[in-house]
Amino acid sequence: MAFAHQPFDYVAPAGLRAPEPRHKVIIVGAGPIGLAMAIELANHGVLATVLDDNNVVSVGSRAICWSKRSLEILDRLGVGERSVTKGVTWKVGRTFHRDKEVFNFDLLPEDGHKMPAFVNLQQYFVEEYLVQRAQALNIDLRWKNRVISVDQKADFASVKVVTPDGSYMLEADWVLACDGARSPIREMMGLEFDGELFEERFLIADIEMQGDFASERWFWFEPNFHPGQSALLHKQPDNIYRIDLQLGWDTDPEVEKRPETVSPRIEKVVGHADFKLDWISVYTFQCRRLRSFVHSNILFVGDSAHVVSPFGARGGNGGLGDVDALGWRLAAVINGVAAPEALQGYDRERCYGADENLLNSSRSTRFMSPEPGIERLFRDAVLHLAGRADFARPMVNSGRLSKPCIYPLVAPDADLPAGARPGAVAPDAPLENGWMTEALGRDFVLLALGCDAPELGLRVVKPVLTDMIRRRYLGDQPQAVYLIRPDQVVAARWLSVSAAGVAAALEQSWEG
Amino acid sequence: MILNTRPNIADSDGFYADLLAAHRGLPEAESHAMNARLVLILANHIGDAKVLSQALVLARAES
Repeated sequence: MAFAHQPFDYVAPAGLRAPEPRHKVIIVGAGPIGLAMAIELANHGVLATVLDDNNVVSVGSRAICWSKRSLEILDRLGVGERSVTKGVTWKVGRTFHRDKEVFNFDLLPEDGHKMPAFVNLQQYFVEEYLVQRAQALNIDLRWKNRVISVDQKADFASVKVVTPDGSYMLEADWVLACDGARSPIREMMGLEFDGELFEERFLIADIEMQGDFASERWFWFEPNFHPGQSALLHKQPDNIYRIDLQLGWDTDPEVEKRPETVSPRIEKVVGHADFKLDWISVYTFQCRRLRSFVHSNILFVGDSAHVVSPFGARGGNGGLGDVDALGWRLAAVINGVAAPEALQGYDRERCYGADENLLNSSRSTRFMSPEPGIERLFRDAVLHLAGRADFARPMVNSGRLSKPCIYPLVAPDADLPAGARPGAVAPDAPLENGWMTEALGRDFVLLALGCDAPELGLRVVKPVLTDMIRRRYLGDQPQAVYLIRPDQVVAARWLSVSAAGVAAALEQSWEG
Repeated sequence: MILNTRPNIADSDGFYADLLAAHRGLPEAESHAMNARLVLILANHIGDAKVLSQALVLARAES
């Protein structure tokens, strides 16, 4: 059934009557990234104020594929289990060329992780869960509060906000622009995106239909029902299906969006007319980012900082990666634990993450819409061979699905499993009670495996050594100590270490 | 020797991108000429007549 949007209550803000005291953090945009950011900061003891120009959750499914890492982050924010319960868990993808299945893949998720590889869940559900969680944490969510200008001073920033009752000014030590791909803040600051804009348009539609489609990802190159283009079908909860159709660069988006144009196309995809159109949108492929995400006291997070073409699930998941990398650092700066230079670490790591997403997305886009001539020739040759020779299958690129990036940390390392090396997210594993991801929590912790950890006042997690923990963290070694960051990224690891060694690595983790 | 049709390139996306980059900016006829040279270079590297003959069959087959 279609989602019923319940508007959130607008309350006239105090600032309309008298100037408000300077805020610590203002978050502009209550999409999934702004809301997640506010909750993450609240979990670290910082209450932000969130401004949104609207008063409903997203219209249309928008970001739908949430990766394992995103689900772990959402779990830390308190909405992970709800998201998995509601969402459609899938692991098989099928790729078709014309009317033939060329191959399929199974993400083959390993056992022993709390979260599945991917869950499909409409963005509006994720936002709804996050709003409820933010409200429970007493986060100040201001609906119908639109920022129309921003003024950056040396040690604070001020924004002018328009409400249904007039406008007012707000000051804050930090302003987080979580205002999406067309970020008004970015525009107001005159910052430009660098990167590629593809002359390729896709139509996205949510349709409601009864039926028993498998919980799989289906991708078609040049399907007979949509000659020369590509198409994608994804199942979502509540009998809503998401269909993406490539339109080609020479089409008129306004014409393509009309239900009388869209419906016959979708009829061809699903093979019947017994469906209801729920939402239609047209978008242009782009792979671009800001040169820097940190502009003194104004920080860019999520789509405002970088946009990628879809099919890799790298937009929403990339944004949550930003939240993961920024929350603990910014909270530490605000709480006086770290110097503002620590935010350079956010900039460096997430530019690296964004570049990885941009590279993968650009390559997928090129494969889906090759330039005429030799690019097209190679693309078609790969598709031709993929049905008959295994080697060509990994070359078929219908999107490379989001994985957490492994940051290039310079940190103490030892001869231990590569999957848990410094820069990687600490792998999950079942513990006697609960999961590793839950036990690691939100602070720097020491993970002591088969030995004691040096005494530094850091929390120590010392799990029973199961086979799974040995395999993921020890390999052939009898013991090890891991230093894990608040975003659960491995900061350093040793076979054995002194308190001074840990202290040095800890110090290094804060450096920009 | 048997023709290896299993995936054998560690970073196939990277290779594919390099391949397209090598062609970028060439007129189509020059691209075809470059492909021909590439086939000859790789064939020489392989050397084994049986492998080459299997590769020719695989490449020639209609879908």
